Amino acid sequence: MIEIKNIFKSFGSSEVLIDISAKFERGKTNLIIGQSGSGKTVLLKCLLGLYVTDNGELIYDNIYSSRMNDEEKINIKKEMGMVFQGSALFDSMTVLENVRFPLDMLTKYSEREKNEIALKFIDRVNLNDAINKLPSEISGGMQKRVGIARAIVLNPKYLFCDEPNSGLDPKTAIVIDNLIQEITKEYNITTVINSHDMNSVIEIGENIIFLKKGIKLWQGNNKEILNSKNKEVEDFVYSSELVKKLRKN
Amino acid sequence: MVKSSFIKPCKKNILYKLIFKEINDLVLDSIPIVSILSFFIGGVVSIQMALNLESPLLSKTLIGFATRQSVILEFAPTFISIIMAGKVGSYITSSIGTMRVTEQIDALEVMGINSLNYLVFPKIIAMLMYPFIITFSMFLGLLGGLLAMTLTGVPSEAYIQGIQMDFDIFHVTYSYIKTLVFSFILATVPAFHGFYMKGGALDVGKASTQSFYWTSIIIIIVNYIITQLLLS
Ligand SMILES: Nc1ncnc2c1ncn2[C@@H]1O[C@H](COP(=O)(O)OP(=O)(O)OP(=O)(O)O)[C@@H](O)[C@H]1O
Ligand SMILES: [Mg+2]
Repeated sequence: MIEIKNIFKSFGSSEVLIDISAKFERGKTNLIIGQSGSGKTVLLKCLLGLYVTDNGELIYDNIYSSRMNDEEKINIKKEMGMVFQGSALFDSMTVLENVRFPLDMLTKYSEREKNEIALKFIDRVNLNDAINKLPSEISGGMQKRVGIARAIVLNPKYLFCDEPNSGLDPKTAIVIDNLIQEITKEYNITTVINSHDMNSVIEIGENIIFLKKGIKLWQGNNKEILNSKNKEVEDFVYSSELVKKLRKN
Repeated sequence: MVKSSFIKPCKKNILYKLIFKEINDLVLDSIPIVSILSFFIGGVVSIQMALNLESPLLSKTLIGFATRQSVILEFAPTFISIIMAGKVGSYITSSIGTMRVTEQIDALEVMGINSLNYLVFPKIIAMLMYPFIITFSMFLGLLGGLLAMTLTGVPSEAYIQGIQMDFDIFHVTYSYIKTLVFSFILATVPAFHGFYMKGGALDVGKASTQSFYWTSIIIIIVNYIITQLLLS
C-alpha cells in the first residue's frame, strides 16, 4: 500500500499539485483520473521519485519517504515498475533484450536464468511470436505489452502505469487494462494507473482518485462514480455525447 | 554533467559492450567520409601551394613541406573535427534526444540506473579512439597531395622530400593534444544538448542544429587558445 499525505508540487509559480492525500491499496488497480493537464503524470512521477515533492509525505508500506536514506531510496526504486505512456522501449533492442534489460543491469543471475525469467514474462503477456523483433516492427498494443513485461520482470511491489492504453483501439485498450488488473492480482502488486479513459474507469476502477487542476475532488470506486453527485465528477464521467445519450435512455 | 557520468557505473561486461558499440558507431563509421575528405582536400592544398610557390627560385620541395604543415597542424585535427561536429555530434544529440522525448531516459532512471553514466561515459571513452581517425586523415591528406602533384607533373621525389623536411616532432604533439581535447568536446557538448532537451520529435532536430552550432564554435575557440598557448 502507498499512502500520500498533503502533497504539494509546483513548477516555478504554477502550482500543479495542491494538498493531495490518498491511499493506493495493494492487490488493487488504483486509478488517477482527470482531464489533460490536471496533474496526473506529475503525481505519478512524484510517487516514482522522479520529482521531489515540495511538501507532504509519501509512505510506502510504512516506510516514510522523509526518513529514507540514500540506500533506502535506491532499494525502494528496485521495488517499482513503470509502464510509460509511449511505452519507452529501447529502440535498438529486441523484445527479449528489452524485457531482460532490468535483469542485465540490476541482478546477478546467469545468462540462462535471465533468459528464462524474461521468457516467462514475455509468455505472460502473450508475445512469444515477437521475441526477436525490434519495437519498430511490432504494433502499439504489442509495445505496451512489452512495456508491461519489462516493468514486472523484477517482481515489483509497486507498478505505475501512465495512460497505458492511450493511442490504442477500444478493444486492445481493454485487453491491456485487463492484463494489468490480472497481473496486479496474480502478484499482489500495488498498482497505480493514470487514465482519462472512461472505459478503463468502468472496467478496472477499483479505487479511483479524481483530480482537477491539481486538487483531489473525489475518491471512490467504479460503481460509486456513476452515481456520484459531485458536479465536476459528473461532468467528467458524462462528458461524451454517447454516454449522455445512453444515460437518457 | 561530466562528473556524474563517471559515478555509479554499470557492470563491467555491460560497459565493455556499450563502449564497443560506440566505437563502432562514432569512430569506425566515420572512416569513409574522413577518407574521402582528407584525400581530396590534401590534393587541393598541394595544388594551391604549388600555385603560390611557382617561382623558379623556390625549390619544389617546399610544396611538400607546406602541404605537410597545413595538413598536420590545422586541416586534419581542426577541419575534420568540425565535420565530425556535424556527423558524430548530430548523431549523439539526436540519439540521446530521442531517448529523452520518448521517455527512455525516464525509464532508465526509474530502474535506478545512472542514465548519464549509461549514455555518456561510453561515448567519452570511445572517442579516445578518435586520434586514430586523425592519423588516418593526415596520412590520406598527404597521399592526396602526392597524387595531385604527380598528376600536375611535380616529381614525387621532391614532394616526398618536402614532407620530410625540417620535421618538428612538437608540431605533431601539438596536433594530438588538440585532437584529444576536441574528442572530449565532440562527445560531451552534443550529449549535453540531447540529454537536457525538452519537447517533442521536432525539437530533436532543433537540438541537433544547436548542438552543431555550439560544438563547432567551441572547437574553433579552443583551437585558438591551444594554438596561442603552445605555438606562439
Ligand atoms: N517539468 C515540468 N515543468 C513545468 N511544468 C510542468 C512540468 N510537468 C508538468 N507541468 C505542468 O503541470 C501541469 C500538469 O501536467 P501533467 O503532465 O501532470 O498533466 P496530465 O494530467 O498528465 O495530462 P495528460 O492527460 O495530458 O497527460 C500542466 O499544466 C503542465 O504544464
Ligand atoms: Mg500525463
